[in-house]
Amino acid sequence: MHPFKATAAAVALAFGAAPVALAQSGAEIQEIRQQIERIREEYEARLRALEERLRQAEAKAGQAEEQAAKAERQAAAVARRRAENVFNPGLSLILQGRYAHLRQDPETYRIDGFIPSGGEVGPGERGFSLTESELNLHANVDPYFRALFTAAYSPENQVEVEEAYFQTLSLPQGLTLKGGRFFSGIGYFNEQHHHAWDFIDAPLPYRAFLGRQLGNDGVQLKWVAPTPFFLALGGEAARSEAFPGSKRNKNGISLGTAFARIGGDAGPSHNWRLGLSYLQTSPQERAYGDQDSAGTPVVNAFSGRSTLWIADAVWKWAPEGNPTQRNFKFQAEYFRFQERGTLAFDVKGANLADRYDAQQHGWYAQAVYQFMPRWRVGVRYDRLAHDQMNIGQVLNGTLTAADFPILNPYNPELYTAMIDWSPTEFSRLRLQYARDKSRQGAPDDQIFLQYILSLGAHGAHKY
Amino acid sequence: MGRFFKRWVMMLLVAASGGVMSGSPVHAALNVFACEPEWGALVQALAGDKAVVYNATTAFQDVHRIQVKPSLLAAFRRADLAVCTGADLEIGWLPVLLAEAGNAKVQPGKPGYFEASKYVVLRGVPAVVDRSLGDQHPAGDPHIHLDPRNVLKIGEALVQRLAALDPANAAFYQSRYRDFASRWQSAIQRWEALAAPLKGMPVIVHHKGFTYLSAWLGLNEVGALEPKPGIEPSASHLAQLLENQKRQPARMVIRAPYNSPTASEWFARQAGIPHVVLPYTVGGSEQAQDLFGLFDDTLQKLLSGVKAPQG
Repeated sequence: MHPFKATAAAVALAFGAAPVALAQSGAEIQEIRQQIERIREEYEARLRALEERLRQAEAKAGQAEEQAAKAERQAAAVARRRAENVFNPGLSLILQGRYAHLRQDPETYRIDGFIPSGGEVGPGERGFSLTESELNLHANVDPYFRALFTAAYSPENQVEVEEAYFQTLSLPQGLTLKGGRFFSGIGYFNEQHHHAWDFIDAPLPYRAFLGRQLGNDGVQLKWVAPTPFFLALGGEAARSEAFPGSKRNKNGISLGTAFARIGGDAGPSHNWRLGLSYLQTSPQERAYGDQDSAGTPVVNAFSGRSTLWIADAVWKWAPEGNPTQRNFKFQAEYFRFQERGTLAFDVKGANLADRYDAQQHGWYAQAVYQFMPRWRVGVRYDRLAHDQMNIGQVLNGTLTAADFPILNPYNPELYTAMIDWSPTEFSRLRLQYARDKSRQGAPDDQIFLQYILSLGAHGAHKY
Repeated sequence: MGRFFKRWVMMLLVAASGGVMSGSPVHAALNVFACEPEWGALVQALAGDKAVVYNATTAFQDVHRIQVKPSLLAAFRRADLAVCTGADLEIGWLPVLLAEAGNAKVQPGKPGYFEASKYVVLRGVPAVVDRSLGDQHPAGDPHIHLDPRNVLKIGEALVQRLAALDPANAAFYQSRYRDFASRWQSAIQRWEALAAPLKGMPVIVHHKGFTYLSAWLGLNEVGALEPKPGIEPSASHLAQLLENQKRQPARMVIRAPYNSPTASEWFARQAGIPHVVLPYTVGGSEQAQDLFGLFDDTLQKLLSGVKAPQG
């Protein structure tokens, strides 16, 4: 029986239909009673079913709540684990290695016409070799300082602290103070780490005038102007250590630099930066090896003042500012190097000292083009030139130019081309060819195959 | 030497004090540096003319890979508030701005540094973090803005930040937020109703950057053109996807404006399905000029993709 009809019947029975019912037979009353009984049973059954469903639903809700709580606990645990990691410094390791095919013996590498800078400027070993591996740790120390440490492991199993500095985070008015050991902010290329270079080697002017790259133990103050375009001024006070300075046992500042940079956009696809830098230091008895006119090895030493001006320019292009598919970078730097002082000839023997004035310049220009994802090609031209060199001993006739063979006027040149393939931003393979005319009369053909792998924390690269 | 250095320090001090003078005047408006245009649009919606917004990136740039160009440093230097996604999305470039722009106000932990991803639940937190699996986001998928419910949560946190940084205009920000929130909530209802035909629809994405949109609308992402996040599509992977298409046919390929069209156009042609370029963020299409436009246009493009003839 349909419940609604049954209810209607029951209601009719109980109220309006009652007098009629009296007239009905006992059998009919019996039947109606049975019907009512059935209805009651039916409803009780339904009620029980509903109660059961409610109980189940409640149980499920309880389970869901429990699961949610469990998920929350797990999430909290993950967050806690991560929070613990947050306080660990970012850690990255750069692995580099290469194969080199060199026409000239790398042992004889020198840059003719220029006082040897004593840095790692040569083309390195022939055949397979490991090049620098870098271990880098960096983190914010507290709300006031950030710190970075880079150790360079040389293939000869020596460890060198390449950079170890702190940098302020909370100085007002756009000022940042950096202290410790760091790559100087002069020029454009100087601050770049080896693994970020576009070619396997440093440009020739950097090798001749800065011993490859200028690293300082000192302090740097930098100011970024609150202007709509980019303007930054900076200066460094440091202890001179390597070329063009020399180790000195002296209080105070023995090397100073200053630099200014401006930059901006030209539409969404182009941006640029120009820089001007100045360096001054006063080397004392900065020694280098040469040979006299008889072919006997001698050690000469320069004392005086060295100054260097660098003008740099960078221009980058990427369609709509999206470099992932195609991009282009042009960079060029011009160097003007001047030394004025005394040059001592054969310090361990004759020790003839007289004045030494030299003015030299150098420049390089390079272009790197990513023509499709992963693939880049690049070319670079480097040149060094003599403007003027006066060696007192030669001018007054005590010695001849043949006693300073390295300083014979010569203008070195270097032509480089490379192609590299970067499956991801963490790996790169490179093939490079160079014709190196650093040595007078003995051009070197160099072929390199190089890999650069980056493990660990995601590195962020400067401009 | 000493004389030179003293001269230089003097020059720097003079320049710096010049900067102090020029940097000090009472700000008429908050300078806001938005890492991504969606946050720039949100700030604009909440602050109106009380904020000058600088968008560091556009919809046509891959925000995972941004070059730290000088103009970014200049803008970051002047910012009173930086609004970024966080969750490591900007890990390739934001650290350089934080370290080199010399702006103490917008360092993490300061009121001027706002990370949107802190205010929503991140999806897709990888169980295993390994670079052999591509360029993963260990903190979870950072492309959070494509779920409009997230936008509301972030807006709520952001308006409090604006009020804290500029208390004089707190009431103004609050009232704009209330207005925005009520319009946004009704828009969500409208979008959800519109999106009913999209529920369960199988799609292929270029980069896994639509997770939140798919979760919100119930899209079924059956594949990605990138074999692994951040890895360019390869021929063998595309062939595999085409093979899968026989078993589990996707109805369309979707990509962001900054993804190269080559792979998605090729795949769409081969599979005979439409190729849909979603605006992805504000400015990604002509219609997506603000956050409302972003979702209006996203839905409209998805729906027209559904209606497009198959084959």
